[in-house]
Amino acid sequence: MNELDDLYQEVILDHERNPRNFAKLPTANHQAEGANPLCGDHVTVYLDVKDGVIRDISFQGEGCAIAKASASMMTSVVKGKSLADASDTFKRFHQMVTGGQDPCFDLEALGKLAAFSGVSAFPVRVKCASLAWHTLNAAMRESEPAPAIDEASKKTEK
Amino acid sequence: MATRYSSPLSSSLDVERVRRDFPALAQKIHGHPLVYLDNAATTQKPNAVLDRIRKSYIEECANIHRGVYQLSERATAAHEAAREKVRHFLGAKQTSEIVFVRGATEAINLVAQSYGRSHIGERDEILITAMEHHSNIVPWQMLCHERGAILKVAPMDDNGDLIFPEYEKLLGPRTKLVAFAYVSNALGTVNPAKAMIEAAHRQGAVVLVDAAQAVPHCELDVQDLDCDFLVFSGHKIYGPTGIGVLYGKQHLLEAMPPWQGGGDMIMSVTFEKTTYAPPPAKFEAGTPDISGAIALGAAIDYVQSFGMPAIESYEADLLRYAETALAQLPGLRLIGKPKHRVGAVSFMLGDIHPHDVGTVLDRYGIAIRAGHHCAQPTMKRMGVPGTARASFAFYNKTDEVDTLVSRLAETQKMFRP
Repeated sequence: MNELDDLYQEVILDHERNPRNFAKLPTANHQAEGANPLCGDHVTVYLDVKDGVIRDISFQGEGCAIAKASASMMTSVVKGKSLADASDTFKRFHQMVTGGQDPCFDLEALGKLAAFSGVSAFPVRVKCASLAWHTLNAAMRESEPAPAIDEASKKTEK
Repeated sequence: MATRYSSPLSSSLDVERVRRDFPALAQKIHGHPLVYLDNAATTQKPNAVLDRIRKSYIEECANIHRGVYQLSERATAAHEAAREKVRHFLGAKQTSEIVFVRGATEAINLVAQSYGRSHIGERDEILITAMEHHSNIVPWQMLCHERGAILKVAPMDDNGDLIFPEYEKLLGPRTKLVAFAYVSNALGTVNPAKAMIEAAHRQGAVVLVDAAQAVPHCELDVQDLDCDFLVFSGHKIYGPTGIGVLYGKQHLLEAMPPWQGGGDMIMSVTFEKTTYAPPPAKFEAGTPDISGAIALGAAIDYVQSFGMPAIESYEADLLRYAETALAQLPGLRLIGKPKHRVGAVSFMLGDIHPHDVGTVLDRYGIAIRAGHHCAQPTMKRMGVPGTARASFAFYNKTDEVDTLVSRLAETQKMFRP
């Protein structure tokens, strides 16, 4: 049962039972929705971005333990990070869960996200673990953040 | 390790003997004996079917309805003998009413595209039920979109039973076609098919019965039912994938235009005009799945060697055992409690997501289905995003139910200690 224990590590089950940042974000100026139509899982990621830094983040949605825990842990990891750092973390996270990392991949650098390394032994669950991250990526790529405070702060169209 | 949850079955069917006919059941998955409980998705295949496929490719491998040589004669004879087995199995009047297709989905699409396009027009109505598989929803939506017709849906109650008076109310002079599942794939509900057909006929509608989940479990007679069309898939009744059946009343099949054009479906072809062959050939363009049809015949012979009544009674006992055992697990909620059920039981294990349940069970060798079962509207009606579903065949046994229930209990401990 080692692979099962690797997949459902205690920290993952903890985030599934008590998801962090699980709410709407009133100050959000970026958001995106993601879904896995085949399994019905869906998530909305809210971002409050200023000067290229994720000041605050939250999520809402429905999904399996892996999807929920991944979204929860993602929010706690990327809060305070720059968009570039968050993007880079997503790349490395994705490499880890798909088992596509090179031999000198630094698992420790992923910190507590390394708890998801067991996912690579369950190919059909990779999409569960990466749903929130793809959605974060989509939210970050929104070129024009919606103005959170007033019209005056609205940038001109590119 | 597993506890028994109720008394053993009274049925006389020798399940251990049956299991020996299915080599797939002897394998181990993740080091555990396979407990295959996803029979509503597809069934495992008995040696009789596997051997028949091999034989057809060794002793009868030729195209049908063409060759003047012995191999082709053998292939044609075996293929047409399979059609006769299906006719007898369904109680149809004649073999020309049995059309071989890829599966139930293709059969429904055939009726929608051929019968539907030529008989259903603007503001005509098609009636289905709230418990249909996507394959009995989407082809009708496509037809309605194309023809300007209207799709109506008969509701079900919280138990997963059709609300018959509502169904009757939705039938009217504009109802041109009614299509419904004899048995719900997600909930196991058995619909009152005969009464539904009678009511539809009183309004002059033709009726298609999706019997994909019924044929493996119930004795059927298309003349007794008096349905106009009936469809099923071979792979859900121990036959191979890629073969299925459309039954249609002779006069309807005759009045329908061909669906696909090609070889085998014509009387004569010139560049000016083509005359079509009579049914069933009219609907069987191109080289069909010859060995698949022959092997489906072998699958029907196989189930008939036990007799559908014996299978029905064994499965009814097993299903009752499973329902009782599952209901004894605290926190487990059955989704749907239909008055009459065959084949499948859907459930939620507390608030644990069905995919997590499915993943854990798989590591113990247990195969169940987790998700929406290609019946998203059914899930929505029952107020769940998806369910875990155990579905049974007559090779399943009470020990396997015990294993399922004890592993479910472990899953609960793991997720909700």
